[in-house]
Amino acid sequence: MAMLQMSTNKAAGSGGGDGQLAETAVKSSHKEESYAGMVVRRFKKHKLAVAGLVIMTLLSLGAIMAPWIVPHDPYQVTEAFEAEPSAEHLLGTDQVGRDVLSRLIYAARVSLMVGLGSVLISVTIGTVLGLVSGYFGGLVDMAVMRVTDIFMSFPQLMLILVVVSVVGPSLTNVILILGFLGWTGAARLVRGSVLSIKQMDYVKAGVALGLGTPRILFKHILPNALAPILVNATFGIAGAIVSEASLSFLGLGVQPPTASWGNMLTDAQSLTVLTSQPWLWLPPGIMIVVSVLSVNFIGDGLRDAMDPKSLK
Amino acid sequence: MLAYIIRRLLIAVPVLLGVTIINFIVINLAPGSPVEMMIDPNTPPADIEAKKDALGLNDPLYLQYIHWLVDVFKGNFGFSLTTYQPVAQMIGERIGPTVTLMGLSFIVGLAIAVPLGIISATRQNSKLDYLATGGSFLGISIPNFFLALGLIYVFSLELKLLPSGGMITLGGDGGFVDRLKHLILPVLVLGTGIAGKKIRYVRSSVIDILGQDYLRTARAKGVREFMVVNKHALRNALIPIVTVIGLEVPILLGGAVVTEQIFSWPGIGQLTMGSIMNRDYPTLMALNLLAAFMVLAANLLTDIIYSVADPRIKYK
Repeated sequence: MAMLQMSTNKAAGSGGGDGQLAETAVKSSHKEESYAGMVVRRFKKHKLAVAGLVIMTLLSLGAIMAPWIVPHDPYQVTEAFEAEPSAEHLLGTDQVGRDVLSRLIYAARVSLMVGLGSVLISVTIGTVLGLVSGYFGGLVDMAVMRVTDIFMSFPQLMLILVVVSVVGPSLTNVILILGFLGWTGAARLVRGSVLSIKQMDYVKAGVALGLGTPRILFKHILPNALAPILVNATFGIAGAIVSEASLSFLGLGVQPPTASWGNMLTDAQSLTVLTSQPWLWLPPGIMIVVSVLSVNFIGDGLRDAMDPKSLK
Repeated sequence: MLAYIIRRLLIAVPVLLGVTIINFIVINLAPGSPVEMMIDPNTPPADIEAKKDALGLNDPLYLQYIHWLVDVFKGNFGFSLTTYQPVAQMIGERIGPTVTLMGLSFIVGLAIAVPLGIISATRQNSKLDYLATGGSFLGISIPNFFLALGLIYVFSLELKLLPSGGMITLGGDGGFVDRLKHLILPVLVLGTGIAGKKIRYVRSSVIDILGQDYLRTARAKGVREFMVVNKHALRNALIPIVTVIGLEVPILLGGAVVTEQIFSWPGIGQLTMGSIMNRDYPTLMALNLLAAFMVLAANLLTDIIYSVADPRIKYK
């Protein structure tokens, strides 16, 4: 996976001098720019990934600017209960007369916050544990990997549900729980990369030069393991959005009145809503599918673009 | 082989112990004590303390853990806080429906994924390939609960073809056809998720194999393309798919919670949701342990099947 980047880094290292070789991973030197350029060029070939990126960009802009673009206050209770879509309420209103479109836009904030926030936590934990485990090996590796095994043997959604029931449901808790329980995949992935990277000559050279362990880990090894981490994180965002939606749908995630695509679907468990008020449950469901699909396409595009095995 | 299985079992023991520890800690973080849920709130505090002492709830946490673990080994999972039934009995009654649901979903998922994956691999970049790949992405991206609601809307409410929930029709004969009708929608929901993930898996696995020399030899000998793909290539391409057994069990168990909840399927997923809503911690602990046990067993089984199916892998 990381072979190509390693070779480019080695090339940069020969001109860069001691210790600097890996710091230049993405931007500064000419060689690395061509790697970034290649990734961009190959990413652009993946039409669906580009489409996904465009959709997610629009969605993020919408979420950030939500207070200025929503047609109504998403918490404003009005007389018009369960009103059908009209010029006034483009997607109708819910059981207490709140504008569905406005809630849909505000809910995008929740999904993006959960996706980014929890993945930031889980990838950080996974990366640090994977680095330590792979680099030091031996007992440390054994201990970290057994803990990973333990966390992987719980069906994730079940463990999440139990923890939520113990600590109580809220947006912050959902982010923290998804973050602190979702690191196992990243840990294994990073460990695998580190095991192969630490055999490279430039790492051995760093050790021989007497560089500190943190410096070798974070400045020499980590930048070369970034590609798989980034791909893993992207798929992680998609997974977190689905998890949050499922939790909120079950009433154990983001709590009303805060709008989340998941909790907007909760009411559709009643058959009357399901049959006669499709504007209440179809839009949030479609938003979940579209955003998760987009993020998955972006992940697929990144994987293809950064995989040195598929040189095009 | 036997030595390998024994070694794997020995590794599984500390992992399972770790599972019980985490399980115990998480549940003990829960606010309130079981005693407060069992008795009249007007009981004097001294009596509550006495009851806690009698139940061992004032012991240090590690002692409580050991007591609980010993009980678990004896098959005693305690009593439900809501129904007062033995937890083991409650789970025993519900495990059958869940295993049926998961097993069928697994078969349906693979029955969709394997042929589509092969077609996709043999006709790379054709319209069918794009359709299958796109379909697989959709299968991954659509949440269980939304798909379930959509299917209920179409097949139960609009077309009135299939029941929207339960395992048998109440007051009906509960015959085979009736049961089958109740199974279709939940199995479709869980099966779609599996198929979505596996289509691309089968596809890349077949593509890898198709480039190998022994297939070129087979073609050179004049073996028909159909036989090359479906006999020579497939046998090796399907080996990695064995790993799905281990990988899918935890996902299926999680999916079962949501799906059983929506379709009122009387399995362990629905029991999990009920226990969470009622804060029925003894039941939850047993359910978590059972789930972890099933995952570990599935992983072990996968590795064993894998080593039997693929003689190239040598375990020491």
